[in-house]
Amino acid sequence: MNCYLGVDIGSISTKGVIIDECNNIIASAYIWTEGNPVNAVRNLIEILKKDLDSKYVVKGIGTTGSARKLIGLLLNANVVKNEIMAHAIGTLSLYPDVKTILEIGGQDSKIILLNNGIITDYAMNTLCAAGTGAFLSSQAKRLNIDIEQFGTLALKSTNPVKIAARCTVFAESDLIHKAQVGYKKEDIVAGLCKSIVLNYLNNVGKGKKIESPVIFQGGVSKNVGVLKYFKEILNTDVIVDPNSHLMGALGIAILAKKNKTNKVYDLNIQNVDFLTKATECKGCSNNCEILRIYKDNRLVDSWGNRCDKYIKN
Amino acid sequence: MANYYIPASYLLNKILDVEIIKSPLITAKTIELGNKYSPEFVCTPFKYTLGTMIESLDMGANVLVQFGGGCRYGYYSELQEQILKDLGYKFEMLNLITAGKANVKNIYKTIKKIDKKFNIFKGLYYLFITIKMIKYMDKVDDYIRQNIGFEIEKNSFNNLLKEMLAKFSQVNDPFSLSVLYYKYFKKFKRIKTNKPKDCLKVGVIGELYTLMEPFSNYYLEKQLASFNIQIKRFTNVDYLLFKHKKTINKALIKSKKYMKYKMSADASSNIYWAKYLGINKYDGIIHIKSSFCTPEIGIMPILDKVASNYNIPIIYFSFDANTSEVGMKTRLEAFYDMIEMRRK
Repeated sequence: MNCYLGVDIGSISTKGVIIDECNNIIASAYIWTEGNPVNAVRNLIEILKKDLDSKYVVKGIGTTGSARKLIGLLLNANVVKNEIMAHAIGTLSLYPDVKTILEIGGQDSKIILLNNGIITDYAMNTLCAAGTGAFLSSQAKRLNIDIEQFGTLALKSTNPVKIAARCTVFAESDLIHKAQVGYKKEDIVAGLCKSIVLNYLNNVGKGKKIESPVIFQGGVSKNVGVLKYFKEILNTDVIVDPNSHLMGALGIAILAKKNKTNKVYDLNIQNVDFLTKATECKGCSNNCEILRIYKDNRLVDSWGNRCDKYIKN
Repeated sequence: MANYYIPASYLLNKILDVEIIKSPLITAKTIELGNKYSPEFVCTPFKYTLGTMIESLDMGANVLVQFGGGCRYGYYSELQEQILKDLGYKFEMLNLITAGKANVKNIYKTIKKIDKKFNIFKGLYYLFITIKMIKYMDKVDDYIRQNIGFEIEKNSFNNLLKEMLAKFSQVNDPFSLSVLYYKYFKKFKRIKTNKPKDCLKVGVIGELYTLMEPFSNYYLEKQLASFNIQIKRFTNVDYLLFKHKKTINKALIKSKKYMKYKMSADASSNIYWAKYLGINKYDGIIHIKSSFCTPEIGIMPILDKVASNYNIPIIYFSFDANTSEVGMKTRLEAFYDMIEMRRK
């Protein structure tokens, strides 16, 4: 039987799903990227292979997320697409009538507006990573709270503190100040969750018409505190799918299925030698950083040059 | 700025008996130099032009030419002159537009100082040819922008453009310039493309420098072309020099619904153009500006309104010395996916 693999390599976590012809998830995995996408994907594939029945053959592979291009080369993916498309397609497969997708990930946050199953508008955070998962986890560390307990602790608060959320650096100093004057931990945590929502709606969601059904996904959607304030401030129900963290991977797997060829993919990448070499071109004062990707000592691609001078050797 | 250095150096070469130093193409070093000596929150074109000036001075230039415009651009010349003189450079600044107006008398005086043998009639004659050249270039550029995304043989448009511009630099009378233009335009039309009738169409609007200098927008148009998109851009030198006032007056009448008063620089024109793109059923609008560009920031909410009234998607990009190229590419790619999906 045919199956399709989708891999979403984010800044913080790497997600993978394998689907069958009817878009049912037959295997999934969620692990930390830890700054090494190639290694993370190797481990991910091993986990997925354990869950995969031997009757299945992989007929398509898709990659998305910030390391999509690199991992696309590693896995010989037939589809390499950006996160926005992958998230929209993944969500639409489960909620065909979705109108708004809120997504907060490790380093970026986005909003996607849809109408009749078509993306009509989207926005992504611009300059900084304020109000994303990375900020939350670093603050949890500072307060010595396990990130998984963060949300439930926030729910206990009856009086969330106000935290200046415009910028991560300012929010952090404000948070320290609130802690130093003796606010309760749960009030601070609740304040943080609320500030994330306000920041998101003021930056990414600015000027966008948020209509229900609203779906919230990305790693931060697992935080019940943030979810609570989304519901409260938007004054509407916000759905979080149990697989909300896998939506990007699911979407890209569906796209891989749509673009399938007759090729059968091999998931044995454990012994593939994969190497990125960075050199600075001295051809002109642009000093482009040229990245050359080697697979089993063979040059497979090179990126980063601004001119046509550098050609694959 | 893009290919416009060709008519500019053509004019100076013809009318002045001096050595013209062609400033090096803009590279990462240019912006690094400009960034180092500019105020942090000045708009990015200031940094680019300051960097170019430093590079030119280092190559031995002793006269610099700068224009001015209806926004912060109006202060560029004086400020850059001061910064460079503080750095110890010795040079003459030829400011073609002071306080929003071309100061003809001053320009004449400075030119006379540079070259005592300067002949005003010869100057005007070649100025006429140069203006004609710019108008022709802009017409050709517009045609290229509409078709380059569909060329079958890679670089066929750019190679022919290079050939045409080299020929342009050698003309001595307006008649042979026209002959060349028509000859080459025919050649451009003969370049084979695989352009479908209902291709995706996108309009690019925004702040002038970022629009016209491809290095400063990370070759946005080249990327759009690689997605097989037909591109429309209104801003060019022909517009800036000759159609600016007319367009703004037209904009104030035709887009009365969106603005009451004239806005600085090209803000009013951009609103009018966004509306034009909406009416003519383009697939999307891309608005680009340098960071901190006040007139363009001011019109963003209005553009949002235009876009929602005409149901046309719009995306905004800001560029400065520290913009992440990868971030921009991801967003642009998603924009392309979206407009393609909307078509279906």
